[in-house]
Amino acid sequence: MSAATKAIEAGHIWTFPGGIHPPERKDRSNSTPIEVLPLAKQFIVPIKQHSGPVGDLLVAVGDNVKAGQPLTQVGINNALPVHAPTSGTVSAIGPGRIAHPSGLTDTVITIDADGNDEFYSFAPLADYTSLSRAELLDRIRQAGVAGLGGAGFPTAQKLALQRPLDYLIINGVECEPYISADDRLMREHAQTIIDGTEILLHIAGCEKALIAIEANKPEAIAAFEALLPNYPQLALRVVPTKYPSGGEKQLIQLLTGRQVPSRGLPIDVGLVMQNVGTAYAVAQAVLNGKPLIERVVTVTGDNIAKPGNYWVRIGTTVAELLNQCGFEPVADSKQEQRVIMGGPMMGFTLPDLDVPVVKITNCILVPSNQELAPAAEEMNCIRCGACADVCPAQLLPQQMQWLAKAKDYDGLEQQNLFDCIECGACAYVCPSEIPLVHYYRKAKAEIRNIAREKAKAEVARERFEARQERLEREKQERLERHRKAAEARKKAQAEAVAQGGDNPQDAVQAAIARAKARKAAQAAAAAKQNQEGDDE
Amino acid sequence: MTFKIAASPHTHQRRTTQQVMRWVYLALIPGVLVQTYFFGFGVYIQLALALFTAWVAEGLCMRMRGRPIGHAWQDHTAIVTAVLLAVSIPALAPWWIIVMGTAFAIVVVKHVYGGVGQNLFNPAMAGYVLLLVSFPVQMTSWPIPAELAQIQVSITDTLNLIFTGFTSAGYNLEQLRMGIDGMTMATPLDSLRNDLNHQLTLTEALNKPIFGDIAGIGWAWVNFAFLAGGLVLIKQKIISWHIPGGMLVGLLVPAAIYWLFNPDQAITPMLHLLSGATMLGAFFIATDPVTAATSNKGRWVFGLLVGFIVFAIRTWGGYPDAVAFAVLLANMCVPVIDRYTQPIAYGHGGRS
Ligand code: SF4
Ligand code: SF4
Repeated sequence: MSAATKAIEAGHIWTFPGGIHPPERKDRSNSTPIEVLPLAKQFIVPIKQHSGPVGDLLVAVGDNVKAGQPLTQVGINNALPVHAPTSGTVSAIGPGRIAHPSGLTDTVITIDADGNDEFYSFAPLADYTSLSRAELLDRIRQAGVAGLGGAGFPTAQKLALQRPLDYLIINGVECEPYISADDRLMREHAQTIIDGTEILLHIAGCEKALIAIEANKPEAIAAFEALLPNYPQLALRVVPTKYPSGGEKQLIQLLTGRQVPSRGLPIDVGLVMQNVGTAYAVAQAVLNGKPLIERVVTVTGDNIAKPGNYWVRIGTTVAELLNQCGFEPVADSKQEQRVIMGGPMMGFTLPDLDVPVVKITNCILVPSNQELAPAAEEMNCIRCGACADVCPAQLLPQQMQWLAKAKDYDGLEQQNLFDCIECGACAYVCPSEIPLVHYYRKAKAEIRNIAREKAKAEVARERFEARQERLEREKQERLERHRKAAEARKKAQAEAVAQGGDNPQDAVQAAIARAKARKAAQAAAAAKQNQEGDDE
Repeated sequence: MTFKIAASPHTHQRRTTQQVMRWVYLALIPGVLVQTYFFGFGVYIQLALALFTAWVAEGLCMRMRGRPIGHAWQDHTAIVTAVLLAVSIPALAPWWIIVMGTAFAIVVVKHVYGGVGQNLFNPAMAGYVLLLVSFPVQMTSWPIPAELAQIQVSITDTLNLIFTGFTSAGYNLEQLRMGIDGMTMATPLDSLRNDLNHQLTLTEALNKPIFGDIAGIGWAWVNFAFLAGGLVLIKQKIISWHIPGGMLVGLLVPAAIYWLFNPDQAITPMLHLLSGATMLGAFFIATDPVTAATSNKGRWVFGLLVGFIVFAIRTWGGYPDAVAFAVLLANMCVPVIDRYTQPIAYGHGGRS
């Protein structure tokens, strides 16, 4: 065992550069158990809630569905299905607004609940080790499990990579302020999370899992400490409270001292990371056959009367959720009210509330302007370097900011813009209140666009050239065919003549002669008639 | 119903440029007080002149560049520039010295380069160097520390001196700077380098009333006061320790080595540290974020460089103090320093 591995085994916690300590404000939502909210009357289920291809529709308008029934299927492109959150009738399928920073629309399935909440029948599994790896992966995929912590990467796909693994990391850090969904889940369902972790280990063929929890969650830590002695292949790691220690790359650095190579994946350094919520969902899917139709959402902020954590069915609209939790926007400050999906550091504001909660929604934050003051006017960068001091990716945010404003995209790539994890630490400390992350996102989108346009132009050029080539080739082939056909004809003719048959050439001559003779005869007859006429 | 759209992050630590700058000039106060104690009310008058000039110059520049005037006032950087320049020049220098220096610092060094954040050179120090090169006599005529002066200068006389060049009794600055022995009194560093240049030994050179016990009467206390203010800034995380630390090490180490080998020809390390503008330079001038290096490693290198240049100029150069030149020279090296000290981004082969 190398020294580095020994250190990992011994529970050494490395550090990562930078980071910040924003006010946590988790105590507002983490002191009460997760509550189940009354079912909504209507649910809006986007068919794409994960990264990757979408499944083909399995239902049509008017169909009756039961809770947990798949609405889309895995199909040939290995998509991730979505499921009906409750029993009811499909009342519409079509474009609808989804929770997205830029207010995008996508195909959504609207389900009118019948109120009975009848469940589709699931097949529980007594002994998951009896199934093969592929069967287990299929079970997870069929249940629609995607990473609940971040971008919603399909869990089965992440596990399907057949590469040597040193550790599976279960991320229960939840470093973003305000959010306590994972915290409550860990306190109340540590056993299920452990079951899920074991299944994940089994599937990944990995020996050891590290469960990481931030030091500010003593109850969650205690819950695991009580159970873990029975599970030698699981180890608990408590990481210091600092934002963004729950970022995938930062957590890997904290627990193993390794760095995921730029543009690489954790598996490149022998690691796979899953969120605690995902581990819970995996256990539900594999052991109970239950698809992912609900998740824990933190609803918090000064303007929420009943802050806390709630089991929310996927597809519940934010408006419905907020109603249940006592949100009354003050009428005259409506324009100023922000409703944030996600936390204060990386969440995005919603333009309106008719968008649904999806698999990756971990928090709805409705702050007052006192607790989270709206951004002040941007001032000039004073090159104070505060941003660089806190950047966990060791970038130079102020440099990137100049370059982004100057639209110097080559320069930005040289400054490793794409290694920016958009954690927002730089903008948080910037004394000039420059919305740095906003500039980076814009620049990234622009660079991606340019790359896409370039690729498109490249494809078009290739297509054009291929077409030219094909036409040319076809022309050549046609000419060749004609030439061959003519040759064959000539040859056949010559052979026929040689064998004493009629020379077709003679026949032509004869026909011409005949035609001439006829013309001559006609001319003679006409002349004769004219003559006769003249005679009269 | 529609809600407000904003870009993440939605929270901010609320330490604005203005607050940062306010800390900087608040931390300058002890030094200013001590300096006034030893060198008279002239310090306040210079401050007032500098602030007024900076205010007018900043406003005019903003107006001319078509920017909202408010922005310039808001960020308080002009105030810091003005204060730094005012405490750097001799307290009884004629009024047009500080006015010219401040105006040059704000208009040319800062705004011609594109305003705050864009300037390559530290405005206060560029202004200082311009003055020093153009008006060497006025810029090196420091008043005698109050304890040693034969004639105490009243407020009215201070005003008279600054605005007319003569006290009401008709003394001019040169006469006031006369010591008990009838010799014009130079600053400790100035006097020392002259004497060393004239082949005096260190012991002989230090045998002047101006040196007092530690490192020159008045000067040592002024330096201690700026050091105290600077430590507050570090404690408040307004500046990082890298630049001041680097500068002091960069000055002290070569100075100590040189002194060990030339014990009779060199300025003592103590004098290096506590005389002239050393502490002011280390904590307030070299730390100007706009014109210093950006990463911590870079800041450390930058500080070392400033310190070493100060040592070199004080030892071999033609000027008694060297902080301004050192800072400007190091400013020029910043792009190179930044280039070679850029931290390795995550995932690019660095070590944890
Ligand atoms: S924190 Fe803001 S003002 Fe300071 S260097 Fe970074 S971008 Fe510029
Ligand atoms: S948002 Fe990007 S640049 Fe800013 S601190 Fe985070 S990783 Fe660094």
